[in-house]
Amino acid sequence: MTAETTKQPTPAAPAPAPSDLSTAADRPDVKMSARDVHVHYGDTHAIKGVTMNVNAREVTALIGPSGCGKSTFLRCFNRMNDTVASARVDGEILLDTQDIHAPEIDVVQLRARVGMVFQKPNPFPKSIYDNVAYGPRIHGLVRNRADLDEVVETSLQKAGLWDEVSDRLEVPGTSLSGGQQQRLCIARAIAVNPEVILMDEPCSALDPIATARIEELIEDLRQRYAIVVVTHSMQQAARISQRTAFFHLGHLVEYGETGALFTSPQQEKTKDYITGRYG
Amino acid sequence: MASASDRPASRHRDGGRAQWHSPAMTRRIRRRYLGDRLFRAAGLAALTAAGLFLLLLVGNIAWQARTGFFQTELRLEVAIPADVAAGETPGSPGFGAAVDAYPWRSVALSALRERFGADSRGDLASLRGLISRGGAAVALRAAVRDDPTLIGRRATLWLPASEPADQWAKDRDAATALSERQVGWLESFAAAGDLKTHFNGRFFATGNSRDPALAGIGGAVIGSFLTLLVTLAVAFPIGVFTAIYLEEFAPQNRITDFIEVNINNLAAVPSIVFGLLGLQVFLNTFGMPRSAPVVGGLTLALMTLPTIIISGRAALKAVPNSIRDAALGLGASRTQVVLHHVLPAAMPGMLTGTIIGMAQALGETAPLLMIGMVAFIVEVPASFTEAATVLPVQIYMWAELPEAAYRAKTAAGISVLLIFLISMNALAVYLRNRFETK
Repeated sequence: MTAETTKQPTPAAPAPAPSDLSTAADRPDVKMSARDVHVHYGDTHAIKGVTMNVNAREVTALIGPSGCGKSTFLRCFNRMNDTVASARVDGEILLDTQDIHAPEIDVVQLRARVGMVFQKPNPFPKSIYDNVAYGPRIHGLVRNRADLDEVVETSLQKAGLWDEVSDRLEVPGTSLSGGQQQRLCIARAIAVNPEVILMDEPCSALDPIATARIEELIEDLRQRYAIVVVTHSMQQAARISQRTAFFHLGHLVEYGETGALFTSPQQEKTKDYITGRYG
Repeated sequence: MASASDRPASRHRDGGRAQWHSPAMTRRIRRRYLGDRLFRAAGLAALTAAGLFLLLLVGNIAWQARTGFFQTELRLEVAIPADVAAGETPGSPGFGAAVDAYPWRSVALSALRERFGADSRGDLASLRGLISRGGAAVALRAAVRDDPTLIGRRATLWLPASEPADQWAKDRDAATALSERQVGWLESFAAAGDLKTHFNGRFFATGNSRDPALAGIGGAVIGSFLTLLVTLAVAFPIGVFTAIYLEEFAPQNRITDFIEVNINNLAAVPSIVFGLLGLQVFLNTFGMPRSAPVVGGLTLALMTLPTIIISGRAALKAVPNSIRDAALGLGASRTQVVLHHVLPAAMPGMLTGTIIGMAQALGETAPLLMIGMVAFIVEVPASFTEAATVLPVQIYMWAELPEAAYRAKTAAGISVLLIFLISMNALAVYLRNRFETK
């Protein structure tokens, strides 16, 4: 992987990234790509022309101060912003070679292909089994109960939760601890066999031990999925990601290989942020 | 720092350090404790007052109702005439008709005459005043229908006492409309063990009657049940779907706001207005039957709808958005999100709101007066289109009657209504706990 750094001029005059305009359409290692994406919430211009690629089998971290738009941008990838009445998304987002806003794309199917894990663990108030089985059930991914059992087991195993809950699959998902709930949510997301997993600050509600477990899990999952993680913790971004994007006030300030971005940031703003001078 | 009055100033001079052990501070703490105690005492006093009022209400009704559930009967040896159903085989329709048509009251009267040997016109009138007008006939008729072999024989039967005799038996010291002669006769009944006051099961099985011994709440209970069934069948689905649409699907715009405001206003419209609407629409325009449970139910459904919609929306609003996000993020459609996750989570609240609305409808009188459910109905209704009355209207009608027996029946009817209301609220609590997801 070459260290390709998307440099952008000052936020006041956003321009398309000059160095890399190749997209998922012509590069097999690129899973998703955003081209000049703008998001408006009513009168608020939340994302101002962001262009970046998300690589397959890599963890991409989105960092930046609160309110910089990184969560909003994350929610563009599975069109969760559609559920917000006042939100308007412009620009092009490709999954493999296809524009996800194209009329022939079914948003419900898109969200099965691009799974999401939220900041606060949000298991359904149903049993652990039903939580994981829900996605396969509504998408008709299994033919019989035995298949479903298998999907539930492998998903929980991949999420590293199987050993802890295999003997009590019928208890409500909400009765688990916070960290277990978040792993249950991850198991639920991978049960529909997505291609990309979006995680919106998945560890911010968890204690350090649970956080460490989730981080290990993300490292494991990277072998199979493209993962985009929004995080507040720069240490976490440095630990788990291969690429990091720094957002500020709706602009993508800098995007590059994680090691390079943290050790030798190209932009003054990035340097200030990662050295803790502001943000 | 000599006096409390210069304390604030000195605090500023001290650089804002508080004097935690000064007398002024101690006084302030004492005042605060006093304030706490007073506030709690006020709350407790309010609770006690509310409890006392409730106790007074329920106690008063129960006290008045205590005699309403009981009926006095007199034991008489009756000669059943041989010509009751001459030429009819027992069990045939003609037999039943003949038994029903027979003048049983005179049979009961002759039994009384036989017992006391009274002959003069005045005596006869006094004797007639001892037994219930319709009640005696009903009891005799039922006895003969049950056992046709009694015809032409002598039988010892319990016959309901008249309203004044019943009152006398229940409270012998109270002022009575009975003559001394009549009291003497009743005392002789009592001395012979031929007078008893027993629980009146018929009260729960019959409709209204001019004869207090026969009047029952059963017709009104069935009428209320049929009416509420219609109300539930109409108001619940419409209310739930309206709430779901407004809360989950409706676009945020002026029209939605306008509808919302109007639903909230409808909840505050006096119920008699719904009665007028029901009269105009269901009776005059659609020509539906007057006094029928189906019309009452539809009218009450109109009245209950806003309650169900408002409580349903509140229940839907209370479902955390994270659940919706989770399901959407997994690729569930809007409808799947609502059906699989939001609705089950909101159901307890919706059911509670619905039952509260139904309880309101159960106690409603005014709109039903407008559509003729205030009629005097003797028959227990058997279908949605038959004339019927409902519990609160029955209570209202009895409350207007002068006889002491109806006063007791009014209270007894209120007790039945209260028991229904309490059971419905208990059901609401049970359902909420049962369906509440952990």
